[in-house]
Amino acid sequence: MTAEIGHFAILLAFAIAIVQAIVPLVGAQKRWSNWMDVAQPAAIAQFALVAIAFAMLTVAFVVSDFSVLLVALNSHSAKPMLYKVTGVWGNHEGSMLLWILILAFYGALVAWFGNNLPATLKARVLSVQSMISVAFLAFLIFTSNPFERLIDIPADGNDLNPLLQDPGLAFHPPFLYLGYVGLSMSFSFAVAALIEGRVDAAWARWVRPWTLLAWINLTIGIALGSWWAYYELGWGGWWFWDPVENASFMPWLIAAALLHSAIVVEKRDTLKSWTVLLAILAFSFSLIGTFIVRSGVITSVHAFANDPERGVFILGILTVAIGGSLTLYAARAGRLASPAVFSPVSRESALVLNNLLLVVATAVVFFGTIWPLVAELVMGKKLSVGAPFFELAFTPFMIVLAMVLPLGAMLPWKRGKLAKAAQPLWGVLALSVALGALVWVLQTGGRMMAPVGIILATWLVLGAVADVLSRARFGKAPLTEVLRRVRNMPRADWGKATAHAGLGLTIFGIAAITAWEVEDIRVAQIGDRYAVGGYEFRFDAVRSLPGKNYSADQGVFTAFKNGSEVAEMFPEKRFYPVQRMPTTEAAIDIGLTRDLYLVLGDKQPDGGYAVRVYIKPFSNWIWIGSIVMALGGVLSLTDRRYRVGVAKRKQSVATVAAE
Amino acid sequence: MLKYILVVCLLAGPAFAVEPDELLDDPVMEARARHISKDLRCLVCRNENIDSSNAGIARDLRLLVRERLVAGDSNQDAIGFIVDRYGEFVLLRPARSLSNLILWASGPVLFLIGGAAALVYIRRRRPVHQQSLSEQEKQRLQEIMDS
Repeated sequence: MTAEIGHFAILLAFAIAIVQAIVPLVGAQKRWSNWMDVAQPAAIAQFALVAIAFAMLTVAFVVSDFSVLLVALNSHSAKPMLYKVTGVWGNHEGSMLLWILILAFYGALVAWFGNNLPATLKARVLSVQSMISVAFLAFLIFTSNPFERLIDIPADGNDLNPLLQDPGLAFHPPFLYLGYVGLSMSFSFAVAALIEGRVDAAWARWVRPWTLLAWINLTIGIALGSWWAYYELGWGGWWFWDPVENASFMPWLIAAALLHSAIVVEKRDTLKSWTVLLAILAFSFSLIGTFIVRSGVITSVHAFANDPERGVFILGILTVAIGGSLTLYAARAGRLASPAVFSPVSRESALVLNNLLLVVATAVVFFGTIWPLVAELVMGKKLSVGAPFFELAFTPFMIVLAMVLPLGAMLPWKRGKLAKAAQPLWGVLALSVALGALVWVLQTGGRMMAPVGIILATWLVLGAVADVLSRARFGKAPLTEVLRRVRNMPRADWGKATAHAGLGLTIFGIAAITAWEVEDIRVAQIGDRYAVGGYEFRFDAVRSLPGKNYSADQGVFTAFKNGSEVAEMFPEKRFYPVQRMPTTEAAIDIGLTRDLYLVLGDKQPDGGYAVRVYIKPFSNWIWIGSIVMALGGVLSLTDRRYRVGVAKRKQSVATVAAE
Repeated sequence: MLKYILVVCLLAGPAFAVEPDELLDDPVMEARARHISKDLRCLVCRNENIDSSNAGIARDLRLLVRERLVAGDSNQDAIGFIVDRYGEFVLLRPARSLSNLILWASGPVLFLIGGAAALVYIRRRRPVHQQSLSEQEKQRLQEIMDS
């Protein structure tokens, strides 16, 4: 029964979504409050129904109901319970259902917590949000039904891809989707504002938390995926510039730009039409990402052409959503003019530069991602665009961004003096350059990556500290006054400094691992002891080890530093019989200053084993930095201006009441 | 889910990336081979270089690169040799040719155009120098203040 209940709930949700997309919109246009009032219960009902459907699918996975096609294809009775549950979204249909669940969840959040929104705006936001629901529910129902039953019920399932049976990857999609789909909220607010023809500081204050929430989740999701690749794929690569990765990275970059431009709208009531455009673009890139991942078009144009149904459907959604919103934008953006003025040296200008750099960087990633497709369709040429291109074409913009960030962050609004803003930063700059120079001297002839990375990282981290200190008037006011200022500093300012420092930490990790990684590949005999980059490794034994749904050969190694034991390491080679798939599980000794990374390879004819050892300096700072960035977002999100007296639009109460 | 397809490729063979028996004895030449390998695509893989790929073809290409280097090719010659046989598809860093102009120029050109637009926008936002009040206005102001 469960699958049928789920299927029925989805159909019902689809019907409600259609109503929610139309009725409140008409109501808002005609000022019929009872029509507008439909939005709130509809949004909640839609969420409840999708949640029921999702729960039913989860039940089917948990009890291993192999009469459901999706379960039979992607699960197995012997799979650990955690992966039975996470297997729900480890496949196309289930992950689309999760996508829709999160979409409906955001709609319900607005319905629950949006009481301070003007009635027309709320009705329009929920209507636009529901239009997206309608499109994706139709996609699910007509092309990707997760509840399809089998007539011949198999005795057991096909199992989930062993590489996906991993805690890091299990929670990667939910975070990513909370991010991707969260941008739909910014999109809905942007489109609703265009319909209303009004964007003001209050609007920006409503939009920013949603964007922030989406960005935080995207940050965590991307970091989890990268961390998973690092420890699971067997050689410690952490970013591949793969189209699927780029699909999540582009919305992240645009969301970061949007976060910053929304501040300008909120504080200074300018940059309005640009911010609305960014909100539209951010979700457009989410949709483009979904298209790239779901259609398989980037992997192969032929695969797409052979099974075009899903791809064409998403392409249709993409065209309508992006085309429609941009057309609306073209018609209405002119109304969003603003009288505010600011001088060329000001926080406003600095944030314009931030936006320029982030958007151009996104464009580079976008061109690089679709270029193979363009080349094949337009010129009939097959070519590849990989990591070397992105490293060359993308990195410069990030370097410039990091260079100007601390200074821009300290410029005052409206009008500033460079010399005055830079004053607290001279010490930081000198220290950063000195550290960089020191590294350059010490590493004798290594890559420039490390010194440059160190300079930028120090500059960003200490620049953030200097920002906080100078706001507290450290060194200028008495200590009690400084402490009082630190205590009273708004969370948003803490969030800003934290997130910027996090970016610095990530840059440090990237520079260190890129410049200083040590690698050793060799055939080792059991009993061998050999040195790699300041460490010694002893190969003690290989033993076999049964797992719940796999069998494994496990190597036993001991790592030494200066003669004393540092760690015992157990790399594995696993075999998953159901999927007939071997995997390698690296042994990693995690540390703040380095990871020891050990991979056991095949047995050689002479009785030894191929063994790979890496010393990866400061690698964990890549993800620590990401988490710090996300934490900065959380701090900013909990700022009291979003909680207390949230965004009362001055005249709005009066106008809505009068209408 | 993200790396799903990438993953399938990584498991294309039982081998694992660079094998010990492939390494050249000369560390300088080996370093060159590794450097070149990072720019060449494993043809059957998705967006993966031959240096980290497990696929058989990647191993063949790695051996071929080393063979060419041992035979005395420069890095450029070795890459050219492979491109001649496998086509431009093998290059992870697309050639800076006329047909790829848009790709390579997009970043810098957009930055220049966007930068110019931003500059115009910022200059237009510059506060106009406030003119001081005329005598008449001052008088009117005084009247308002007094009333």
